Amino acid sequence: MKYVDEFRDPHLAERLVRRIHAIATRRWTIMEVCGGQTHSLLRHGIDEALADVIELLHGPGCPVCVTSAAAIDHAIELSLREQLLLCCFGDMFRVPGGNCSLSAARAQGGNVRAVYSPLDAVRIAARDPSREVVMFAVGFETTAPATALAVRQARQLGLRNFSLLVAHVRVQPAMEAILQDPNNRVAGFLAAGHVCTVVGYESYVAFCQRFRVPVVVTGFEPVDLLAGLLECVAQLERGECEARNCYERSARADGNLHAQAILNEVYEPCDLEWRGLGVVPRGGLRLREAWREFDAAIRWPRRTLPVIESSRCRSGEVLTGQLRAVDCEEFGRRCTPESPLGAPMVSSEGACAAYYRYHGASTSAAP
Amino acid sequence: MRRFLLERIWPRFHPGGAARYDDAAVLAAFSGQVVLATDSFVVTPLFFPGGDIGRLAVCGTVNDLVVRGATPRYLSLALIIEEGLPLSTLDAVLDSIAAAADECGVAIATGDTKVVPRGVADGLFINTAGIGEAIDPLPPGPSAIRPGDCLIISGPVGQHGIAVLGAREQLGFDPPPRSDCAPLTPAVSALRAQRIVPRAVRDATRGGVAAVLHEWAEECRLTLVIDESRVPVSSDVRGACELLGLDPLHLSNEGTMVIAVAGDSAEAALQAMRSTQIARHAQIIGAARPLGVAPVIVRRALGREQPLDDPQGAPLPRIC
Repeated sequence: MKYVDEFRDPHLAERLVRRIHAIATRRWTIMEVCGGQTHSLLRHGIDEALADVIELLHGPGCPVCVTSAAAIDHAIELSLREQLLLCCFGDMFRVPGGNCSLSAARAQGGNVRAVYSPLDAVRIAARDPSREVVMFAVGFETTAPATALAVRQARQLGLRNFSLLVAHVRVQPAMEAILQDPNNRVAGFLAAGHVCTVVGYESYVAFCQRFRVPVVVTGFEPVDLLAGLLECVAQLERGECEARNCYERSARADGNLHAQAILNEVYEPCDLEWRGLGVVPRGGLRLREAWREFDAAIRWPRRTLPVIESSRCRSGEVLTGQLRAVDCEEFGRRCTPESPLGAPMVSSEGACAAYYRYHGASTSAAP
Repeated sequence: MRRFLLERIWPRFHPGGAARYDDAAVLAAFSGQVVLATDSFVVTPLFFPGGDIGRLAVCGTVNDLVVRGATPRYLSLALIIEEGLPLSTLDAVLDSIAAAADECGVAIATGDTKVVPRGVADGLFINTAGIGEAIDPLPPGPSAIRPGDCLIISGPVGQHGIAVLGAREQLGFDPPPRSDCAPLTPAVSALRAQRIVPRAVRDATRGGVAAVLHEWAEECRLTLVIDESRVPVSSDVRGACELLGLDPLHLSNEGTMVIAVAGDSAEAALQAMRSTQIARHAQIIGAARPLGVAPVIVRRALGREQPLDDPQGAPLPRIC
């Protein structure tokens, strides 16, 4: 299969692994920020193959994991309203909010539907004007252009029954927050390949200079990840801190200008609470003034009080690379994919779920 | 309702026969043991590439009997029809049931029809129960699996799951992937003809190959290892899975089975299956070994062994 098989070539992968071992003079701490990359690294055993020369930290790159419990609870509340249909991406279904998940809400009679594209939600709204349709707009900058397109389409069609519950997050501010933490150990980053496909990576040039860390735009297949890690290690060994692209077949320095135009037309950055991390300055997106009529949070403000989150879930520490999932005392015990304490264990991109799936359920923490 | 039965349903399954209103069928006795299976079918959409709910309702229950070691003989057919279902749709499903029953060599012996209000039954729900005649020796079942036994898959996986998902969500794959919905009788008969008695046989329906392996591993308390590169997957299913982030090992099949056989019979079993149309792409995909760290393990592309998830319920499409 084109564009897949070549980048899974085991011989090429093996050569890259050997090359990384050959040039590393010490163990380096590198963080990847995208949950899809986390899963791929673990699935293909790259973490184990390079364990002696790279300590891989997994960043908060799973938008499902970092969407605040309050946002999920608000979505659940909307789904339980009469004559309202909440549309969301399938991977949001089983993530627990403060109390229960969208999946549990549906079982209680909530109106929730999984869609593959936000434009499907617009189609549903257009077909049935008697019903309110809310799209739960979750995701990084990869997804935001699509939800922006959805409200643009809704306006063009003159729809009064379509709105967005916005919970989009921005990657780079979170990376800054991680580097500014006094406990930070990250020496270099693999940047999220698909976010960079949209927004480009020119903004990392100043970032690299300011924080003195290399940032390498990386894809998702094993060969992509190894190429990105090789470039990162090579820079670290040479004392360089540059923004480089190892995902050239998808990402360009200026990104996808068309997608950026749509994104900037509809959204503007704002401070946002990330689940487990607290408020990240300019870490979120909100609808611009001209588009606020499509804001579901304004149309239907939350009616119930926010629930205090269980402190047993240490997702914040896991998502910033300060705690390995397997070192959490609840891992595989009270926290499993079937009964998760928090988002990273249930999300298809969550670090905890990745470890559980690809390494098994045993925790290394003492009981 | 009597007229409905007379005109629409009964003649399809008993052409030329006298119409009867009995709720129960009197069947001839078998010399051997009786095997009974039942299944309900709630798939949406009712028609999909490669099949429909009617064909599914026949082949699904027939396969349950066949993999258990029985020759299927009779089916009961219960229809729950949503008010307003177009009669042309019902006719098409009934024609499909009649054709499938013919193909599988089973008779529709009895049945029931209910009509429910709009919104209650998603078009049409079907239940079939099937009776078959056991052919000795029956496969003993997964508890008989031993270290060194081989696992064989009868064909490419994930066809049905992707076909239904593609049709239901109108994903627009071109050409649309087709379900593998079909009776497994020829493949099982081919094994019997070679006097090969598998330890266990199971069609990999909901939850796919992964679900079967997890059930078996729990029964035999061994670790079952499969090699991902040996599992046949058609390019259209593979493409759809890459796009949607699905694992073909978790997707449902309706004409594909997994068997466990003693190691020294594996090659003969493979050749026997490959001599049939339905299992011409059969592959040995793995083996049983003493219980290790996980009950089911898959060897991935870069040589790494990993636990294979037991499939969770949601959000898979309804497949049967």
